[in-house]
Amino acid sequence: MARDIRKQNFGQKAKKGTFKRLFRYVWEDYGFRLIVVLVCVLFSGVANVIASVFLQRIIDECITPGLESGLDSVIGDLTRMIVTMATIYVFGILAAFIQARLMAIITQGTLKKLRVKMFEKMETLPIRYFDTHAHGDIMSTYTNDTDTVRQLIGMSLPQVITSSLSIVATFSMMLYYSLWMTLAVIVFLIVMFLVTTKFGGASAKYMMAQQKSLAKCEGYVEEMMNGLKVVKVFNHEETCKEEFDVLNEQLCHDGTEAHRNGNVLMPILANIGNLMYVLLAVFGVSLIYAGVTNVGFSGMGAITAGIIITFLGCCRQLSQTIGQISMQIPQIAMALAGASRVFDLIDEEPEVDEGYVTLVNAKEDENGNITETEEVTGIWAWKHPHKAEGTLTYTKLTGDIVLDMVDFSYVPEKQVLTDVSLYAKPGQKIAFVGATGAGKTTITNLINRFYDIEDGKIRYDGININKIHKPDLRRSLGIVLQDVNLFTGTVMENIRYGKLDATDEECIAAAKLANADDFITRLPDGYDTMITGNGASLSQGQRQLISIARAAVANPPVMILDEATSSIDTRTEALVQRGMDNLMKGRTVFVIAHRLSTIRNAEAIMVLDHGRIIERGTHNELIDMKGTYYRLYTGAFELE
Amino acid sequence: MIKRLLGCVREYKKATILTPSYVAMEVVLECILPFVMAKLINSIGTTKMEPILYYGGILVVLAFASLFCGVMSAINAAIASAGFAKNLRHDLFYKVQSFGFSDIDAFSVSSLVTRMTTDVTNVQNAFQMVIRIAVRTPLMLIFSVVMSMLINVKMSLIFIGIIPVLGIVAFFLIRKVIGIFKRIFKKYDAMNNSVQENVAGIRVVKSFVREDYEKKKFGATAEEVRFDFTYAEKIIALNQPIMMFCIYTAMLLVSFLGAKLIIASGGTVLSTGELSSLITYGIQILSSMMMLSMVFVMMSMAEESANRISEVLDHESHLISPENGKTEVANGSIEFENVSFKYNEKSKKPALSDITLSIPSGTTVGIIGGTGSSKTSLIQLINRLYDVTEGSVKVGGVDVRDYDLESLRDAVSVVLQKNVLFSGTIKDNLRWGNPGASDEDMKRVCRLAQAEEFIEQFPDGYDTVIERGGVNVSGGQKQRLCIARALLKKPKILILDDSTSAVDTKTDALIRSAFKKEIPETTKLIIAQRVASVQDADMILVMEGGMIAEQGTHEELLEKKGIYYEVFQSQTKGKEAV
Repeated sequence: MARDIRKQNFGQKAKKGTFKRLFRYVWEDYGFRLIVVLVCVLFSGVANVIASVFLQRIIDECITPGLESGLDSVIGDLTRMIVTMATIYVFGILAAFIQARLMAIITQGTLKKLRVKMFEKMETLPIRYFDTHAHGDIMSTYTNDTDTVRQLIGMSLPQVITSSLSIVATFSMMLYYSLWMTLAVIVFLIVMFLVTTKFGGASAKYMMAQQKSLAKCEGYVEEMMNGLKVVKVFNHEETCKEEFDVLNEQLCHDGTEAHRNGNVLMPILANIGNLMYVLLAVFGVSLIYAGVTNVGFSGMGAITAGIIITFLGCCRQLSQTIGQISMQIPQIAMALAGASRVFDLIDEEPEVDEGYVTLVNAKEDENGNITETEEVTGIWAWKHPHKAEGTLTYTKLTGDIVLDMVDFSYVPEKQVLTDVSLYAKPGQKIAFVGATGAGKTTITNLINRFYDIEDGKIRYDGININKIHKPDLRRSLGIVLQDVNLFTGTVMENIRYGKLDATDEECIAAAKLANADDFITRLPDGYDTMITGNGASLSQGQRQLISIARAAVANPPVMILDEATSSIDTRTEALVQRGMDNLMKGRTVFVIAHRLSTIRNAEAIMVLDHGRIIERGTHNELIDMKGTYYRLYTGAFELE
Repeated sequence: MIKRLLGCVREYKKATILTPSYVAMEVVLECILPFVMAKLINSIGTTKMEPILYYGGILVVLAFASLFCGVMSAINAAIASAGFAKNLRHDLFYKVQSFGFSDIDAFSVSSLVTRMTTDVTNVQNAFQMVIRIAVRTPLMLIFSVVMSMLINVKMSLIFIGIIPVLGIVAFFLIRKVIGIFKRIFKKYDAMNNSVQENVAGIRVVKSFVREDYEKKKFGATAEEVRFDFTYAEKIIALNQPIMMFCIYTAMLLVSFLGAKLIIASGGTVLSTGELSSLITYGIQILSSMMMLSMVFVMMSMAEESANRISEVLDHESHLISPENGKTEVANGSIEFENVSFKYNEKSKKPALSDITLSIPSGTTVGIIGGTGSSKTSLIQLINRLYDVTEGSVKVGGVDVRDYDLESLRDAVSVVLQKNVLFSGTIKDNLRWGNPGASDEDMKRVCRLAQAEEFIEQFPDGYDTVIERGGVNVSGGQKQRLCIARALLKKPKILILDDSTSAVDTKTDALIRSAFKKEIPETTKLIIAQRVASVQDADMILVMEGGMIAEQGTHEELLEKKGIYYEVFQSQTKGKEAV
């Protein structure tokens, strides 16, 4: 099958508008709470700012006069001020508490929303998406990328909001006290900004490079761990170690650079802040000496020592806040890149389904008239509304399948099927034979519309399958694939996957039919044995038997077996075959098998070569024809 | 465990020690800074320029020193933590490379991958945290207390009184949260696991039309994860307000009592500048406490990861190459003497019981048997992928445990049932068999394995790039490439474990006849499902339930009319009509 595994670009920058979109997601569900959070942030921010000037006010209003007129004259003021402050603090604490709790709710709620959205979208994506995307990349969207988003919403965002507010507040205070000194601060702010851009930018760049080399290194680990047994068999350990060391070294380099640039930012900014502190003190006092008139929102007047001291307090506050914000920059860049990948998945085009013919339970009277019914009758019918005439017709589901001049290709330039025509009457067993890549599996992929044909028609009970509602089409087809996928859960639950309301007895009956009952009962907990890691503890053959049981319990009118018994030994296979033949009596079966012994009793055998049917007929007819099948059967010819 | 992991610091020891040293200096400077700033502020009050310039000068010097220490600690921390993680990965990878098959089974591949990826990242973060913040905060705490005591002992008692209160609150909070988090992470893993299963099994989901069922299932898991995480984070949310409460209480107390003290003493016992320094130290003390509690949370979360990593590092493989093992394998003869084998000491049923068998060098042996009859177990003992539980296996007349492992595995080449090709060109893959193989060698083995024809049809021939997992070649092509790769080793014994199942009968026959002609001196063991693949072997073994049920040539076994006869009948039925 044509595959084009495109690696997602880790280390790619976020798309524009990602932040806005993320914000909208949060806003939609938590708009009110978000406003409350904002109010709380304001509250605790204000409390913080007041706290920073609180001491100065005590000094100015209580201590200084107190030093002159004695304690008794100011004790009332002092107590009142402390009580006022305590009240403000209580509100600040409450605000912080509410904010933290609400943020927990908002962050986790948004994460859940994103996860569910991704998953729900993923379930609707066409098979082509999964065939063209590396599974590890899809997984990393769920794990790494959502994790960065968690950090963004839960930590970076509140931090940035709080800090921004604090900066605005401090800055206003500065303007309030002195315009001249504020201008001096602005010079420092510009320097800080430049430093942040340089190191923060470099850190963000290397953070992404680190993500990329991490993905590479972990990818290598995964490949080599999966092939570890082969590595051992070939004494290939040393080469692997060497290759691994190269990747590991690169990762170490990028990681060092990323952290180096991120880590130094804080001390640099903090000490620029300290320098600013000293210079402002000197500058302020020189202003006093020079007798410059102070201009500020507080009015005009002489600069006093009190103003300078308060100003210096603000200055310390400002540089600390800037340090905190700067720490978030690389994180935010990474998180936005992660969020961007999350949205890419959510934005994928889902599988289209324009089908309007549905599958319903039906009753058949003596005259052969089909009517719809609520109860489960075991008879199914296609309900086919005709828009033009406004009528409804019912067609009994029989499993009659016709392919008419079907063309198909996975990628435009490589034709996989050309002019394939075939029919399967209800109850027939149709077999496909041919080399891998001849197009056998492709045909089955087209019948259940995992892929859509390019030209020609496929009819199911006379209805073009494009008109059939996809879920109903697929429900009517049972598929057993060569590569078995089991889900975490008990053996019983895995079998029940075929029919969710099946009783234990039905499941066991299906397992018996698939000849799986024997080994399942010998498992430590029988049918209640837990299957984990896609059935890692079971052999390939045992897993195939479970997947056959799973399809058997679904009991579909049409069954597709794609190399379903390839890993089962021939004796067991013969037994399974017998069971399946019993089950599928009167139903249509498509079989793909390498072992010709399993298809000998098929009603029709199609020999495929390079996407064309080159021979068709029963076993005996094909043998008599003495063509490809004959040569294949007698082992004198290779289909390639 | 911690000692074990610290062993990975190695060449980054210097950076690892320098980081906290610089951090310590930085802390000292940071604590002196407010002290000098207070002096500066006091001198502003006097509006004299000289003391301002004097203290300002000291501050500038301190700031530059602090800048230097801060930058150096930052750089060293980056070097140390990235280097530590590198060594950790390195050690893990090398360790795993020394594992035997049973060790791999014991850990499982997916768990090994997690240990080498997620767990390493967790430990790395914790490590960086420890060498920077875990040094910084306690020092900060101690220095701040000392400094505030230097200013005024009585006032500093307020802080000292509050520290234990905070400590106890944080302790209980953290203990509760860690317990919850450990539980949640299991659920979180399970949720991601179900995504993984859906991605891999999307064809199953879609063909059974279980999209809605899966969505519902996932929705429920995601909701559980959300609920639990919210619960845990709400508890953590208590941390900050409690800390804030303590900070503010302390500040108010200090302000009130401090103001009273200043006025009462007329500014002699305590000055206004000193009061503001006291408050600065107070904030430093309490925020250190807060940081400290976060460090504990982080560290206990990394603990589990650290445990999992040490488990791998401490695991001693039982299957090791003997010292001075034999490096020459005389010939391709194989002997099993009363061999019994269990995969796991705990398993009740042995996989193989009491096998005695002798295969002369150069013979072709066919092995058939049902699913679970231990065919694979049998052959995996020959090149010592597993060690026997009882009895002994000899190759070339010598017990396999006496050979140097590498020499043994070079002489015994196995094409595994679950075989893999690696990302790289066909040539790269073939060279696994022999790194120094010439193009001629490669062509020769590909001809033998009947792979030459299709390789040459590829536009890039032998330089065709195989994608990860070998998804761009067909099953049959993959098997033939794997056989060619194994042949390139020029082995004395060649074992094919169901390696031609996806190859058509004709090619299968061609491969076998090429073997017969080209490598007659090599002992060949062929496990197959098709009777046709084994019927012309010199000896056929029929395995059942971990024992050799039948043994002999095709004709002998047919005459026995046992299992082999039955299998033969079922596979050739109808062929007589041809």
